[in-house]
Amino acid sequence: MKDIAKYSESSFSKLLYDRFFKNKEGVIAFAILAVILLIVLPMGLSTFRLNMTGKYLCYAFVALGLVMCWGHAGILSLGQGMFFGAGGYCMAMFLKLEASDPESTAIQSTPGIPDFMDWNQVTELPWFWYPFKSLPLTVALILLLPAVLAFFMSIFYFKGRVTGVVFAILTQSMVACMWYFIVGNQGYFGGINGITDLKTILGWDIRDESALRTLYFVCVFLLLGCILLSRYVLSTRLGRVLVAQRDKETRVRFSGYNITSFKVFIFCLAAVISSIGGAMFSLQVGFMSPNLVGIQPSIDMVIFTAVGGRESLLGAVYGALLVNTAKTAFSEAYPTLWMFLYGATFIAIVLFLPKGLAGLYHDHVKVWFNKIRSKPKSSAAESEPDSVPTIVELDKEVPDAK
Amino acid sequence: MGDYTAQEIYSIVVMQSFSGVSLLCIYVLMGLGLYIIFGQMGVINMAHAEFLVLGSYTMCLFSQFVTETMPSLTNYYVILAIPLSFGIAFFVGYMVEWLLISRLYKRPLDTLLATWGLSLIMQQCFRSFIGARETSATLPEWLLGSWSASDTIDIPISGLVLLVLTASLTIGLVIYTKKTRMGLRMRATTQNREMTGALGINTKMTDRVSFGIACGISGIAGAFFTTMASTSPSAGTNYIVDSFLVLVVGGLGSLFGLFISGVFLALLSSILEFFMTGSIAKVFLYLVIFITLMKFPRGLFSDKVRS
Repeated sequence: MKDIAKYSESSFSKLLYDRFFKNKEGVIAFAILAVILLIVLPMGLSTFRLNMTGKYLCYAFVALGLVMCWGHAGILSLGQGMFFGAGGYCMAMFLKLEASDPESTAIQSTPGIPDFMDWNQVTELPWFWYPFKSLPLTVALILLLPAVLAFFMSIFYFKGRVTGVVFAILTQSMVACMWYFIVGNQGYFGGINGITDLKTILGWDIRDESALRTLYFVCVFLLLGCILLSRYVLSTRLGRVLVAQRDKETRVRFSGYNITSFKVFIFCLAAVISSIGGAMFSLQVGFMSPNLVGIQPSIDMVIFTAVGGRESLLGAVYGALLVNTAKTAFSEAYPTLWMFLYGATFIAIVLFLPKGLAGLYHDHVKVWFNKIRSKPKSSAAESEPDSVPTIVELDKEVPDAK
Repeated sequence: MGDYTAQEIYSIVVMQSFSGVSLLCIYVLMGLGLYIIFGQMGVINMAHAEFLVLGSYTMCLFSQFVTETMPSLTNYYVILAIPLSFGIAFFVGYMVEWLLISRLYKRPLDTLLATWGLSLIMQQCFRSFIGARETSATLPEWLLGSWSASDTIDIPISGLVLLVLTASLTIGLVIYTKKTRMGLRMRATTQNREMTGALGINTKMTDRVSFGIACGISGIAGAFFTTMASTSPSAGTNYIVDSFLVLVVGGLGSLFGLFISGVFLALLSSILEFFMTGSIAKVFLYLVIFITLMKFPRGLFSDKVRS
């Protein structure tokens, strides 16, 4: 009996291990990322730069979502900014309400409402601002609102078999729609200026140095948690169905799967993860504006994913960090050159590196490693094909899992 | 709307419709180009709006050149400027297809990203080499007047001219794709590239020319664009999403659908814009489009053929 219990326990932990990391390489890669984010960067960077890194990591959340719905399910969404914005605005509205208590807004004609409402002759708090008076409700909305939005944005189109490019265009126009909506409602959402002057959360000042550092760590832990969650989801049978329908949609349909619900689920999950990133963005940066979530930023988020490797979750994090760091470094020094370089990045990635940095690692670095490792051993190991793309590997593993 | 009488509302609707005509022409011409590139060749060109700006700059710079060197010809330069806009946009499009698009025919989602990068580069080129300031063309006098159909209704002549030119271009394109040798080759190539190549047709050349023509039409749209607004490096970005939506609402394979949905959306947008602020009108317009597409996911007049 004891043996059985021990066996089942170990097989459960082995299952979790398989789900989260797949193999030793997965553990090492995850550990390296965790060490970089939790130890190396906080020790090496000033608080200002660390805060900026935290900001880039918020985009990594969106990139994670895109890896799932674009890389694995083949749904390219140019509208992730919408969900990023949903989370960001929820958090910003909560912080704004806290920042505009009656004492500090006493000079306004209506004290106790956000300043931009007062400027736009709004005299009482609109009904949809009331939930943002409580933190638990705000957090619930951060998680729920994007899921609901994504559900209604996608279900009718996926049911109607709108796929690929047309869906990408639709999501882009949805972001445009949201942008116009926010800009047009200056009195309710702050218009083009956005929601600014965010100061405290539950009385805790989010602008001083220790708070910025703490928020960075919160952001990293959430990100690592989201990576594990995404890994888990992608390693289940659901993840396999998604990959299968990406490559041969009709065949999966004929095998009796209801593809619509799979797609809607992964789209909603990606939306929720993006929204968490958006909420962390508002907290760390201290403001939210429509230009952070419009058409251009939404495509930027796609290119972070593409640079990192559209099928690699960890690659997405590196991609977001790398592109944003390059953007800051270059656009501070040579803004004109940066635009050319940035445009060229889109083209170069698509033409020469469709699998991004992860593909580069997989096809070259790993092969080289294996060569070094296998040299002392027999030469037979060398001929082992190691440069196969991830998905082929996944397919190979299917018999083992059963 | 309560403050207007029925007569006034009638006049407003008619006049707003005609101010929507220029918008309609831009939509339809952009849509024609996208119809060839996207509907036929299966490539997404996010830089299409930059070809519009290219045509528009051609018109502006040419008009500046003419008014400075030979002012007597100011009234007639338009006749030359439109083919010139077409030619330049055609040439750039031809080169783009040769260098970039021809490598990406099997990957439509990737063309989207690559051409977005191209559009960033082109915008920066306009900014660096032509200047970030807004420019506009000097329009000949005969385009500026308006025609009074009744006491309360004034219709701008430029709108009428644009309408006629757009209609003739559309008809011309229909004849080109359906009746000519080149059009036949284009349709054959898009349906089955290998087979067409095996029959001895130069598919690469066909693609290049088709792409060039699509970009050229966008250039003409740019020349028309100068009659409604001034040109700036990023002027096109406002139109790219809308023109894709026009194409999608119309149904991908259908020129007739493109025209109808262009009319529908342009009229709706200019009438909405009269009664609300610009941004809220846009929100309503998009919502109408989203709901239409929920009901008709393949567009209003889609091809009956399954892809």
